[in-house]
Amino acid sequence: MSALVSSSLRGTYALLLKDAQSELRTRYAVNALMMFVITAAVIVQLAIRDEQPSASVLSGLFWVVIFFAAMSGLSRTFVSEEERGTSMTLQLVASSSVVYFGKLCFNIVLTLVMNAAITVLYTVIFPGFTVQTTSTFLLTVFLGSLGLASASTILAAIIAKANTKGTLYPVLAFPILIPLLMTTMRATTRALEGEPFGDAGGEYQVLVSYFMVITAGSYLLFDYVWKD
Amino acid sequence: MTFVKYGSLVLITIVIIAGLSIPLSMSPKSWLEFPLIPGLEDKARNIFFHVPTAWTAVMAFLTSTYFGIRYLRSKNLDFDLQSVSAAGLGFLFCVLATVTGALWARFNWGSFWNWDPRQTSIFILLLIYGAYFALRSAVESEEKRASLSAVYSILAGLTVPFFIFIMPRMMAGLHPGAQDDPSGKGPLFEGSMMAPNMRILFYVSLLGFTLLFIWLLQLRIRTARLEHLSQQR
Repeated sequence: MSALVSSSLRGTYALLLKDAQSELRTRYAVNALMMFVITAAVIVQLAIRDEQPSASVLSGLFWVVIFFAAMSGLSRTFVSEEERGTSMTLQLVASSSVVYFGKLCFNIVLTLVMNAAITVLYTVIFPGFTVQTTSTFLLTVFLGSLGLASASTILAAIIAKANTKGTLYPVLAFPILIPLLMTTMRATTRALEGEPFGDAGGEYQVLVSYFMVITAGSYLLFDYVWKD
Repeated sequence: MTFVKYGSLVLITIVIIAGLSIPLSMSPKSWLEFPLIPGLEDKARNIFFHVPTAWTAVMAFLTSTYFGIRYLRSKNLDFDLQSVSAAGLGFLFCVLATVTGALWARFNWGSFWNWDPRQTSIFILLLIYGAYFALRSAVESEEKRASLSAVYSILAGLTVPFFIFIMPRMMAGLHPGAQDDPSGKGPLFEGSMMAPNMRILFYVSLLGFTLLFIWLLQLRIRTARLEHLSQQR
């Protein structure tokens, strides 16, 4: 049993390494994500100008940019396998659960990097975006990234098999991500308004359970999507 | 099947006639009088039509997911036909629930749409159906289309508890049972909030709409099977 667990852990790590290496070579997803984030944030800044938006507006704009940035970059993990024709080979060398968790880890890393960049960017260009309760903010962004990456991964696997990949992705993702986004926006508003850490306890519970439910469901369903 | 067909017709006819014609009174004395609730008045009659359509929309979604799971287990394309038939009906009832709800909201709460948590969740259900059909139209292979859409409807089903049980409790809203409603203990409908005779008619309506759904579903499945056969020839 432990041998099985350690071998799948090693496989997951190898797959994560392989994805990271091919990403570092081409920098396709990272470049697309960063350019998207900068463009979107600057457009928002140009629209707002000297206005002083409220905390809830700013947290809404923060998660809108995160959502659409994720939609532009996170589908690469599976779409690139289909485009390069390597998905068959991957099916032969690794079991589906190893593939799923490898891709999930890669997307989690990518989402965390992206969200860190967005946070820095927002702090620099919006004077109103000052986090009063840092602990609430960090935990919300971390848990939100986990849930976002989890839902995006299984949906990327689905749309990689469909014909219209780019437009379908946000359409499929929006209804699934709504409970997550509504919760993270509320918690971020609390962090910006300086409410104490414990006040957002309900939000943390929702975010943790969302991540667990979606990951467990994806793990069980991934086989039917991945295998041809 | 004839039982389901005539049962639904008879029950819904009873609900339409009784629901619209039984008079309201301030202090109901007999069984044939509904209580008059100030602020709600005749608009309360909508409950016999609005809630059952929303109930049927959710039931159709669950039916569609159930047949999706059976497809994944058996790889029998007939289950996919049943799943997509249920989803089509669910979309229809979802639109009906949204429209009856929006009309009721216009005359009771002042505007067609208020982003009350329950309105948000029916809107999300509409989006899920939209995404489900968009996904189906984007996959050519029959087997792949069936398994991908089944997986998607199961995934979407996993988020449903968040909308029905968690969101309405955490957010202020207008429907009974929202966070700031003093009488509500939870977001689900409670029969004790209605007069006994209204409650009976309400349950009759739920049963009638359920039978109507089963009848329409059978019709759709039969036509879908025939279409499938004629395409194969």
